[in-house]
Order: sequence, then structure tokens, then C-alpha cells
Amino acid sequence: MTLTQKAPARTAPTRTAPGRRQRGRTLPVHVVLVIVGAVMAVPLLYAVLSGFKSTDQLSRNPIGLPDPWVTSNYTGILGSGSFWQLVGSSALIAIGTTVLVVAASALAAFSFARFAFRGREFLFTLFTMGLMFPFAVAALPLFLLLRSLGLLDNPLGVILPQAAFGLPMTIIILRGFFREIPGELEEAATLDGCSPFGFFWRILLPMARPALGTVSVLAVIASWNNFLLPLLVFTDSTWWTIPIGVQQFQGQYSAEYAKVFAYLVLAMVPALAFYSVAERQLVGGLAAGATKG
Amino acid sequence: MTSTYLPDKRTGPDIELPPPAVGAARGRTRRRLLHWVTAMGFQVPALVLFIGLVLLPMLFALYAAFFRWGGFGMPSDYVGVDNFTRLFDDPVFLGDLWRCLVLVVLSLALQLPFALAMAVLLNQRIRGRAVYRMLFFAPYILSEAITGVLFSMIFAPDDGLADHVLGSVGLGGLGGTWFADPSTVMATLFLVMMWKYFGFHMMLYLAGLQSIPAELTEAALIDGASAWQRFRNVTLPLLAPTLRISAFLSVIGSIQLFDLVWVITQGGPDHHSETMAVTMFQFGFKRYQVGYASAVSVVMFGISLVFALAYQRFVLRRDLEGATTTMRGGGK
Repeated sequence: MTLTQKAPARTAPTRTAPGRRQRGRTLPVHVVLVIVGAVMAVPLLYAVLSGFKSTDQLSRNPIGLPDPWVTSNYTGILGSGSFWQLVGSSALIAIGTTVLVVAASALAAFSFARFAFRGREFLFTLFTMGLMFPFAVAALPLFLLLRSLGLLDNPLGVILPQAAFGLPMTIIILRGFFREIPGELEEAATLDGCSPFGFFWRILLPMARPALGTVSVLAVIASWNNFLLPLLVFTDSTWWTIPIGVQQFQGQYSAEYAKVFAYLVLAMVPALAFYSVAERQLVGGLAAGATKG
Repeated sequence: MTSTYLPDKRTGPDIELPPPAVGAARGRTRRRLLHWVTAMGFQVPALVLFIGLVLLPMLFALYAAFFRWGGFGMPSDYVGVDNFTRLFDDPVFLGDLWRCLVLVVLSLALQLPFALAMAVLLNQRIRGRAVYRMLFFAPYILSEAITGVLFSMIFAPDDGLADHVLGSVGLGGLGGTWFADPSTVMATLFLVMMWKYFGFHMMLYLAGLQSIPAELTEAALIDGASAWQRFRNVTLPLLAPTLRISAFLSVIGSIQLFDLVWVITQGGPDHHSETMAVTMFQFGFKRYQVGYASAVSVVMFGISLVFALAYQRFVLRRDLEGATTTMRGGGK
């Protein structure tokens, strides 16, 4: 990979005019990108097209365009209440998780960033250690705990643990942002009689809106895609989220490929739509993480 | 540090105080206490959640690993380290460890270099790079469940897309088994992981590359460094913190891999794609050997922890602080 990209440039830099250099160099790059792009896109396009075929047609004509275009797979799913129920509970759980984790993390991050107090480093280390706790390790006891609290088949049974496991990352990001807000601002607010909470609520939070956006986007995506926890907590279908629904649907209609493809495509749409809207926050969050230090 | 609520002498009010008298000292103690209580007050919601739903379950798993226990009532049948000795005699679990190592090595040796190459390509001013970036990253946004179902159908033996494509270019003999055969299941799984996760690492690298000042590579260019030399001696060292974070996330993700495997193969055929998390799930939730499953959890946690601490100690040194900002379970 690296070779295709580097080889033409190796002799070029000092001798050729910039224009020619650019062109000679970009052709192999484009070839590589088109190939990789095709590998990335084909599975998704295949799913979209297959959804427009009947299962019969799909086995006769697996690769070509649908002929005729069958829309009943898609419309059938969209017309059924159960798909919208999944979307609804996924959304409710994502919003609940995000509000909770961002609120709790913002308070904690404020205290970490702006107070010097005994035990601060210990607490912060404790939270950062949480980054290494695989959720799967806690899954069993967590399940037993939720069962004894009567939170199985209750959205809170997913929201609370998700928020708890989201804390370390959210706190670390927010702390970084909060530390960058100048101390003079805080002194001025304090002189004007602002309490610590008043400063946090009226000045810090509004100023940290981009950071809050970033962590919220990350939390929404993590919640939206979570699989293991809803799988454990929701024994009946009332509160199933999209990932569980997808898996169940495949089990139920395993012979009807075309239907499953249509279902997959519709299940992807909310996440991809959200990504296209929130790309800036998401990529900004990754960038903040990757380059700091 | 720009803390304003510092309790010590450096902040404003204390400086104006009269020379220390007994009463003043007591006042200061009280103020310090108040300060501590305020600071901790902000921590309470996060601490309650974290202790109750993260730390205590972890500790309980550690406790339960020493019992033979079906998961009902409290564990009472203490068996010492029996669960652990049984674990390290179990060929499936030893296989889990081996497969974990394989995935780690494949990720570090293939996935991350590939992601880096793509990041370098897309860091140039090139037509359509925004589109490529979005396309390469998009699979990361999809849930593992959706990805898993999609690829279990694409790699369906004989009538999946993969076999049709291979067949149509005359390579039909290559396909056919994919997830269904013990000898090909891990390779196929790795292909899916690569499809899903390389874009995430690429995004990290792109962010890292963009933070490298152009002057540095330009200066090297003027000094007559070749493209490879510029990459090797300027870009790569400056990208090192990002590379270390990305490798860390990739290894941790491989250790904890669950969702994809569960959706696609449930660990099959005949345990040949099983991971530690899948073994834990099988024993804990399907066979109700919760003590044994807890032992699996504990070993998995132990491996993550030892790796993380060693990595932090020897590789990351100080650049971890505030730097591991990714989604949970990110970058497997």
C-alpha cells in the first residue's frame, strides 16, 4: 500500500514542476482509494439493492440491479409498528443515557478541573481506570444486581449501567475542556458573588457547549449500538432496541434474505443520518483524543 | 492548573488575613472542610453511579469466581481456586487466549498499518477525500449487530455475495466456507473487523497528521529528504502519541471482543471463533455456571489490567493523560 503511494514521489520532489508532480502522484493514489472505497461501499450497496428484490429474485439474480424493483420489503417493515417501537426505545434509551452521563460527568469534571482537594488524584485515577474495565466483566454481577433491583425489562436497567460505564471517558474529555477556560473568568465571577455552582451553571456550561456536544454525540452512538446490555436486560420485546431487533429479525426470517436485507438497511439509516448531522462533533471528539498529550 | 477555589495561602482572601491567631486557624480549618465538601459534592452523582454499577459488580465478580454458584441466592459453595485451575485446563479457554493473541497480532500488523496508509493518502489534497473519509469511517458508526448480520449473509456459503463475486471472476474455488469452517472462520472474522474498525483508526491518525505543522515536512523537503524519509523521520515520530493510543485501544478491543462474534457465529463452528467474553456469556447466561463464568471475567479483566498498566508504564508514559477519548469499546 505504502509503496504504490510513495514510489512515484521518490524521484519527483526536487526536479519536477509542482503541477506535474501532483498529477503523476495522484493517479496511483486514486486507483488505491477507488478499490478500497469499493470494498467499503459494496456490502452496503448490496444490502440496499437486495432489499429491493424478492427472495426468489435475489437467488436468481444476486448481483445485478433489481428487476422489477420490489418495494414491499421496505414498505412492509416501515408499515409495521414493531420497527418503530425499536426506534422509539433505542431513542429513549440513548437520550436518557446521554442526559445522565453528561450531567454527572460535567459536575465531576468541573470539580476535577477547578478544585484542589484531598483525594482528587486518587478519584481521578479511579475513574480513568474505568476505561479499562471491560463491560463484559461486570455483565454477570450487573445482571444479578439489576434483577434484584427489579430493573429487568425496564429501560432504566440499560440507561443506568450505560451511563455508569460512559463516565470515565466523558469525565476525561470534559475535564480537559474545563481546564482550558481561563481562571480569570472564574475569579471575576467569584468577586461578583457567584457561587461555585453558579459559575458552573451560568458561565462554564454555556462556554463548554462544543465539548458537551462532542461527548453527547459519543454517548448517543455508544448507547444506540450497545448490544450486550439490552440483550441481557430485556427478556421480552417491549423495550428491545434496534441491535436486538435486527438479530431477532434475522432469526425469525432466516430464509427470507431479501426481507432481512431491507430490515438491515432501515436499521442503518438512523445511525448514518445521525452521523451525517453530527460528523463535526464526532470527528472533533476523536481529534481531541488523538492529538492531546 | 488554574484553580481558583484553592484553599491554601495563595488565593486572595487568605493573604488579607491578620497574622494567625487561634481563632483564625480554626476558621481556616472550617473553610477547608467546607471547600472539600463543596468539591466532593460535585462528585457525588458520578461516584454513586460508578461505585454502584461499575466497581461493586467488578468486585463481586472477583468474589464469585471462588465459588461454585448457579446465580441464585448468595454464593455459598466455596471452592477456592478450582474455577481457575479448571479454566486453564479447558481447551476452549486456552483456545480463547490463543485466538485473542491472533486477533491482537493481526490488528497491529495489518489493520493499523493499513489505516495509517489510508490516513496518509487522505491527508493529501486530493479529489473526493471528504467522501472517502466519510465512507471509510461510516462502518464504525453501525452497530456490531447490524454489521454482523450483514456479513453473515454476505459470507453465506454458496449463495452469499462473496461467493458470487469470487465465482464470477473465476475464483469460485476460493469461497464456500467462510464462517462455516474452523480453518477459515477467524480469517473471515478479521476481515469483518477490519472493514468495521480501520476507519476509526484512520480518523485518529488523520487528526494526528493534521496537528503536525506543515513547516516541518517542508523544511525536510528543502533539505532534500525523500518522501519516505520525510514520512519515516518527521511524520512518524510526531504521530507516535496517536499511534500508541490507537494500538492500545485496538488491543483492549480485541481482548474484550464479544458483539460481532456473538451475532455472527456464537463462537462456532465448534468453538473455533470463541472469545473470552463469549465463553463467559455461554457459561454465565446459558449454562448457569456463574462462578466459573466469573472466573473467566476475572481473567479477562486481569489481562486487560496487566496490559493497560504495563502499556502505561512502558509505552504511554505521560501521554495518556486526557488522551483516551473515544467511544466505549472503541476500535476493536
